[in-house]
Amino acid sequence: MKPIGLLATLAYTLLLTVLFQGKPLQQSIEDGALIYQDFCLQCHQSKGQGVPGSFPPLAESDYLKNNLIQSIQGVKYGMRGPIVVNGIPYDKLMAPQGLDDEEVADVMNYILNNWGNSAPAAITEAQVRAIERP
Amino acid sequence: MKSYTLFGWLTFLSFLTSCAQENTPPIQTPTTIDYTYEMVVDGIDIPWGMAFISTDQLLVTEKSGVLYLVTKGVKKEVKGLPSIYVRGQGGLLDVALGPDFENTKRLFFTAAVNTEGGKGGNTALYSAILKDNVTLEDVNLLYKAVPNTKTAQHWGSRIVFDQEGHIFFTIGDRGNREVNPQDLSRDGGKVYRLNLDGSIPNDNPFVGQDNTKEAVYSYGHRNPQGMTVHPKTGVIWAHEHGPRGGDEINIIQAGNNYGWPEITYGINYSGTRITNKTRLPGMEQPYYYWVPSIAPSGMAFGSNAYPEWEGNLFVGSLHFEYLERLVIKNNTVVKREKILEDIGRVRNVVTGPDGLLYLGVEGKGILKIVPKG
Repeated sequence: MKPIGLLATLAYTLLLTVLFQGKPLQQSIEDGALIYQDFCLQCHQSKGQGVPGSFPPLAESDYLKNNLIQSIQGVKYGMRGPIVVNGIPYDKLMAPQGLDDEEVADVMNYILNNWGNSAPAAITEAQVRAIERP
Repeated sequence: MKSYTLFGWLTFLSFLTSCAQENTPPIQTPTTIDYTYEMVVDGIDIPWGMAFISTDQLLVTEKSGVLYLVTKGVKKEVKGLPSIYVRGQGGLLDVALGPDFENTKRLFFTAAVNTEGGKGGNTALYSAILKDNVTLEDVNLLYKAVPNTKTAQHWGSRIVFDQEGHIFFTIGDRGNREVNPQDLSRDGGKVYRLNLDGSIPNDNPFVGQDNTKEAVYSYGHRNPQGMTVHPKTGVIWAHEHGPRGGDEINIIQAGNNYGWPEITYGINYSGTRITNKTRLPGMEQPYYYWVPSIAPSGMAFGSNAYPEWEGNLFVGSLHFEYLERLVIKNNTVVKREKILEDIGRVRNVVTGPDGLLYLGVEGKGILKIVPKG
């Protein structure tokens, strides 16, 4: 890459960072993949397929699609009580994982951009910060 | 080309069968059930540790960082814990009464903490005095594993004592298997042994060796979340989570290397191999191993409160949501049985002062198994 191109890329990245107060979506997805492997994979499985009846799927999940705020709340604060995901009932506890707001945004972006899911828009750290306890 | 493909498939198939093969004996559902259960206390999400002061009174740790004193089924928070680092599988972990609790009110607990600043956390052992059943005083940090990391995985932890004034506790490999469990200069993937004041016993197996964590008693562990002392022999039994398959029961002895990750009966969660070795010289074979994994947590021996179960080993299964009963004859597991099928994720099992088995069940609380009639 020519120095001028590199400079332009840097400037553009910086501009994006300033404008959106967060990192580029692609970077967020990559960071989220690591969080997913470390914190989520054991229950929700490697392709987000979950375990029917025990751990709800994240891949093509109607709950996730229709309850985005509750889903972010769940990752941020933990989740309990009965829910129905793709027609199957679940009633387990998901303990809070101790992720910071940036990590919650990253792992949400990873989940929302994988396994056939289509993200409405990138989740930002600021958005996660604003979400309060249910 | 074709023979290569065939060879590839054969390798793949043999790999599948070798790893998917269930270890014997197969788990059974009991034909007659002459026991039931009663709730002791509810509303505790992840009841990690239990320590009985009397049959009617016990301490319970909740992983999110709350210590409860439960008196006749009523729970009350005990104040005075240090700041707990709650992340992934880490948080407030086990609790145990010191051998001299009756006189000193001294208890011990393990927890994920960050005492040094910087990012992340690691497992630590504390002692404290239970003052008037309401607060902890003289909270003493006895051991802190380093370095702090932000990884979610494998903090351990369980605590037991021997009769000679030592405390044993476990710390998992902190998700860094290539670095921690086989390296005696590093924390993680170890069973530790200390004197009750936190000092290192002179007869610990690696005392005096250069660049060594002298508190280490045994190594090559992955993530031990069950440990108990055999009521008759005084020998320490522990189990640990394997990866996919390869959970192990081990008899813990000084200086032993239990092999993780050089040898294992498990594979990666993704299905890929960790190693093709299940045994190597200088590394201990497990007393028993589970394939598939049950995700064991908590461990206790049955008392004569259950005549049919005396001397049997009981292990909680997080994954299958039952208590597993293992019958042992001539040093071999000859029978496995599901107790309280579908009860929920069994985080802990302890034999109470009354000889009954007490279970910590996630999302529920503490319950006890009561013989019928």
